[in-house]
Amino acid sequence: MEKLVHTFPPRREHETAHGHDDHAHHDPGFWRTYIFSPDHKVIGIQYGLTSLGFMLFGFFLMLLMRWQISKPGVPIPLFGPLLEKVLGSAAPHGALSPDLYNSFGAMHGTIMVFLAVVPLAFVAFSNLVIPLQIGAPDMAFPRLNMASYQAFVIGGVVMLTSFFIPGGAAQAGWTSYSPLATMIPTDGQIFWLVGMVFIITSGLLSAVNFIATVIQLRAPGMTWMRLPFFVWAQFVTSFLILLAFPPLEAAAVMQLMDKVAHTSFFLPTGLAVGGQLANVSGGGSPLLWQHLFWFLGHPEVYVLILPAMGIACEIIACNTRKPIWGYKSLVYSALAIGFLSFLVWAHHMYLTGMGTKVAVFFQTTTMIISIPSVIILTCFLISLWGSSIRFNTPMLFALAFLPMFGMGGLTGLPLGFNISDVHLHDTYYIIAHFHYVVAPGTIFALFAGIYFWFPKMTGRMMNEFWGRVHFWGSLVFMNVVFMPMFKQGMAGMLRRMADGGANYSAAVNSKAGAEVIGGLSRNNMELHTWILWGACVLGLVQIPFIINFFWSIKHGKKVDSDNPWNATTLDWQTATPPPHSNFPEAPRVYRGPYEYSVPGHDKDFTPQNEPPK
Amino acid sequence: MDFPYIVEPRRDTGLYNAKLGIWLFLASEVMLFGALFSAYVLLRVGADPGMWPHGWLNVYIGTANTIVLITSSITTVMAWVSCKQRQFGRFKFFHALTILLAMTFVCIKSYEYHDKFTHYEITLASGKFADGHLVEKSKDFDLAKKTGRVTIHGYEVEHEVELMDMQRPEARNIHREEITIPATDIKKMERYGPWHHTYLAIYFTLTGLHAFHVICGALVIGFLWGPGSRMWKTDPERFTNRIEVSGLFWHFVDLVWIFLFPVLYLL
Repeated sequence: MEKLVHTFPPRREHETAHGHDDHAHHDPGFWRTYIFSPDHKVIGIQYGLTSLGFMLFGFFLMLLMRWQISKPGVPIPLFGPLLEKVLGSAAPHGALSPDLYNSFGAMHGTIMVFLAVVPLAFVAFSNLVIPLQIGAPDMAFPRLNMASYQAFVIGGVVMLTSFFIPGGAAQAGWTSYSPLATMIPTDGQIFWLVGMVFIITSGLLSAVNFIATVIQLRAPGMTWMRLPFFVWAQFVTSFLILLAFPPLEAAAVMQLMDKVAHTSFFLPTGLAVGGQLANVSGGGSPLLWQHLFWFLGHPEVYVLILPAMGIACEIIACNTRKPIWGYKSLVYSALAIGFLSFLVWAHHMYLTGMGTKVAVFFQTTTMIISIPSVIILTCFLISLWGSSIRFNTPMLFALAFLPMFGMGGLTGLPLGFNISDVHLHDTYYIIAHFHYVVAPGTIFALFAGIYFWFPKMTGRMMNEFWGRVHFWGSLVFMNVVFMPMFKQGMAGMLRRMADGGANYSAAVNSKAGAEVIGGLSRNNMELHTWILWGACVLGLVQIPFIINFFWSIKHGKKVDSDNPWNATTLDWQTATPPPHSNFPEAPRVYRGPYEYSVPGHDKDFTPQNEPPK
Repeated sequence: MDFPYIVEPRRDTGLYNAKLGIWLFLASEVMLFGALFSAYVLLRVGADPGMWPHGWLNVYIGTANTIVLITSSITTVMAWVSCKQRQFGRFKFFHALTILLAMTFVCIKSYEYHDKFTHYEITLASGKFADGHLVEKSKDFDLAKKTGRVTIHGYEVEHEVELMDMQRPEARNIHREEITIPATDIKKMERYGPWHHTYLAIYFTLTGLHAFHVICGALVIGFLWGPGSRMWKTDPERFTNRIEVSGLFWHFVDLVWIFLFPVLYLL
């Protein structure tokens, strides 16, 4: 390794680029280096920082909502007066009005899914790691890559702007079901749709770029079955984005037409709004929106989870010092997930009255798709068997990903069967289920990835002690927040109630007494407070992470080699941080991605580009 | 480390980067238009009996536009062939034709849009329906204040259903004349805009999105024809690839119209 450093000393962006037509200048200056850079690593970091910012913002919206759920109408401490000042009557006396609660709910979902987790898990990590892992000089289309980030920022800005318009941001949930979304009297929905069109376009450009990069720019010898699983996972994810996002874009265009040109794509004949017959031509289909939305929405779930699996796989293989168990099963399972994820969307729609035969079909495909997911998780678990595990921060997060995602997945089974879904649909159980998949699941894997690749990008390690504080705090309080929601949901507490069910519970209980099923017990209501404080502490334990992240860029412990984790994949076989165009010359690949502890070798890892003796 | 496969194809895939890129992009475009076509199917299947319109568009104009677009696809191929044969003048000629044809298409499409926006369905106070193109509105015409009158060139029917199927044999014999209706007789007056009927909604959305693609494609081809053609002097092979890639996009836009035409005009 040392030899490599000496032979190819790290070069920064402004040093000579080899035969690159986009880089005629020798010193591109600050703007071309950090803001309008076509370099995949810079774009990856841009995506990463932007999406982490959005994630924090989305988390903050959630905290305000949790306060309102737990203490309806009580002014929010610290931020209440500020909220009233900025948003006016939407936050009277510093408490959330129900409309504002709806806005925050819709925007929390939208921001977390489309502006935080997808851009971080999919775009940021792919940008940073894929070209390095396949031995490519950059993405296949560097300027397209830059355009993709710009479209993403525009989309994000449009979304954020909508908070400040009269009427406020979109209020119809992140799913924006019509006719509700069309008929709510705020232009926030228009902002939401326009923002979505930009975000989707950005996602499509990235997906095209990643697929083209993986197919075209693999280094010599990097055959398909020598690709690290991370690349496979992102490759499948790219196809999901490429093929599932456009229908939502079409749906967004149609809903935009409904809002702006007063068409009736999703508005049925005889639609009444506020007791009045709406002045629309009718003939539209509300179910059409749901089909188009979930045709994206379900592959989207795998867009959220596959990159996380890819990251976990890299980290587990590296820290168990063993080849990952069942590499081919992992690859084929990822492909199977990708294919099947297009056939399960209507399990989100059991209660729409689309018909039992359809429901049975989607129930069956839903059960089938759980098989490859279980295979992947099982492969990871078996990989741990008999290994001497290095428990560093990335590995802790990757290990916690397994049971947390497992819980998210297993609690999804009752939702996949339409008969039990009838009871659980639209309750807190659903919220707990998909947050277990995404929050302690995907986001844990993302944290793992950040701790893992941070030294590659900066040349310095993040602090291990504060990493552990961050990990244990997050692990405990994630569960404090989400575990009680299973109980609340099974007791029948519905989601999307601005007062956390206080009115509903009181009304039902006083009318018919204890025999009414669905009346919420005091115990279930009090869990709201438990969750609120859990969420607050969860926020607090992120502070060490934020400080650690920025502090370590300048002051972290310097890495002692280009390959601090002793990993095998190509991303660790180049200078740190990687220079422009990544490798001095195209690396040649001789072996599979996870050759750890190969008997007879002098060290316990064999890099992919190490020639056979 | 040089950037590979910008011009020459990779051996195992047989593609240069941009060509793969455009095929992937077109795959996503297929899903975009596919979703809109499936929306068309669902709206049509879900329409009340007899309330899905037929023959609202002029088949002759649509045919003419189809021919225009197919011809432009031919000139696009010829432009690419000319590049391959290293005949720059011929390339310029054929792509000039492509751009002209694209503009012709957009003009004809705008005429069709204009025709729809001057077409009114008027619900009369008597419960009948008048339907036709606007001739003139009197100066003081105001529907809300019930003043003035409006003249259309059209006809009256008893039921709205009769306005739907303009392909049925009796529809040929409809006698159109100038009808003047005072505002006091009008209950509701609506143009054939996208808000008028879900058929028109999907018609305007699909053809609007398609026209957007035509315009974008024409802009790209226009760039490659004009300032972008300087690359011919420095790197003719790469320029030829650009013509091929933009041509693939153009054929796709053409292909979408091949589906749009029968679906919207004929069925």
